[in-house]
Amino acid sequence: MVKDDLYYTENHEWVQFNDDSALVGITDYAQNELGDVVFVELPEKELKLEQDDVLATIEAVKAVEEIYSPVSGVVLESNLDLEDNPELINSSPYEEGWIAKIELDNKEKDMKNLISADEYRELIGG
Amino acid sequence: MSKKTPFYQIHKNLGAKITDFAGFKMPIHYKKGIVHEHKKVRNEIGMFDLSHMGEFIVSGVNALEFVQKTNVNDVSKIEVGQCQYSQMCYPDGGIVDDLLIYKDEDNYMLVVNASNIEKDFQWLQKNLLEEVELKDISDETALIAVQGPKAEPVVQKLVEDNLSQLRYYHFIHTEISGVDVIVSRTGYTGEDGFEIYFNDFDKSKKLWNLVAEAGAEFDIEPVGLGARDTLRLEMKYPLYGNDIDKNTNPLEAGLRWFVKLDKGNFIGREALKKVKKEKIQRKLIPFVMQERGIPRPHYKIFAEGKEIGEVRSGTMSPSLKKGIGTGYVHRDYMKSGTEIKIDVRGKKLKAKVIKPPFYKDGSLKR
Repeated sequence: MVKDDLYYTENHEWVQFNDDSALVGITDYAQNELGDVVFVELPEKELKLEQDDVLATIEAVKAVEEIYSPVSGVVLESNLDLEDNPELINSSPYEEGWIAKIELDNKEKDMKNLISADEYRELIGG
Repeated sequence: MSKKTPFYQIHKNLGAKITDFAGFKMPIHYKKGIVHEHKKVRNEIGMFDLSHMGEFIVSGVNALEFVQKTNVNDVSKIEVGQCQYSQMCYPDGGIVDDLLIYKDEDNYMLVVNASNIEKDFQWLQKNLLEEVELKDISDETALIAVQGPKAEPVVQKLVEDNLSQLRYYHFIHTEISGVDVIVSRTGYTGEDGFEIYFNDFDKSKKLWNLVAEAGAEFDIEPVGLGARDTLRLEMKYPLYGNDIDKNTNPLEAGLRWFVKLDKGNFIGREALKKVKKEKIQRKLIPFVMQERGIPRPHYKIFAEGKEIGEVRSGTMSPSLKKGIGTGYVHRDYMKSGTEIKIDVRGKKLKAKVIKPPFYKDGSLKR
């Protein structure tokens, strides 16, 4: 499933822009490829990130994947629910499985490297 | 080009995630995922396609002498209808492979790791004795494993023999719906279970469906190689290529119960005697993470501020809900309760050496 109101990266992250901040997470396609998520290493609050810096590390039973920040800015909040319930990434990748809320630094610049829902659908072949 | 087992299309139809493993296209997990499949086997019952495993037949008047020469365990101790776990070693004590030996009326069947089929066959051929015939029947042997506390009532529906009489590590030749099969009470999960070998590939789909139907009352589900690995690691069963390899010997791997140094000569005996005499310097330890984090192969192990080894196997244990792993460390750190640290991506996280297995509530009765 790909949601129309989000932007995406070619690394399978999604971004939901709100006024000065953005919520980020991984796509349904990505969680499906990973399989059961059993651990998420979340970013510290106030961590400053450039676009494409490592934001989090997601561990499935058999795989470890680094998640890159789709935007530049400062981490306002991490989804602490994922500490005890990492499987939320599987069950609700676009809602309860969000990873971090980031205060935006340069949205215009970030946008250049993001793709639309349609482009993302094409990327994953449907 | 990877090989396909006779159940490949069934896996595809079931929506399995397929991966290349040891030259075979194998299901890593099905739709509900590794954790679900793992729990299914621990709590009820699951079925596995293990047709990638290798099978060799050793026959001839010197068959026993040959199997003895190439194995660390004492094969003369098993009777017809019995299985034995063993390892084959190089002269320096390094492990060629670990395997199961089935003693039949007039031959031995060796069941070896899929990743080692060619290497093992060449090794055995190189050490062949007169009057011994060695045959690789891997490509014409299918294998379904049925594992879990409900395995006996399920497999019992398929065969006429009384399975309550079939003891652990024993096997029978029998029929399932007219197909000749070997059924052994063996497995790699820590649960009770059976492994069903057969050669008539045309009947693969039929046999798979018969097992599935027999298990329907317990909601049997297919289980992939992902859960096979987490299940075996919770028992600290070694995996060749991770926990054991040509640079490790059975004594340091914690497999000394299977090494019969007094049985007579065998390849690797002198080296292993020397290891034993000089005391084992390092050991494969099982450890449980005391902090959030999952150990993975090649992560470094620390104690008292210095590096003492490397993780060999590691995963999140679905039963314990903690990171678990194995690794070789110096004997000073092998005692259960020893506190160690695992370098997980730059963070040194606390872990503790335990007594195996990690999971102690399996249905397996020896």
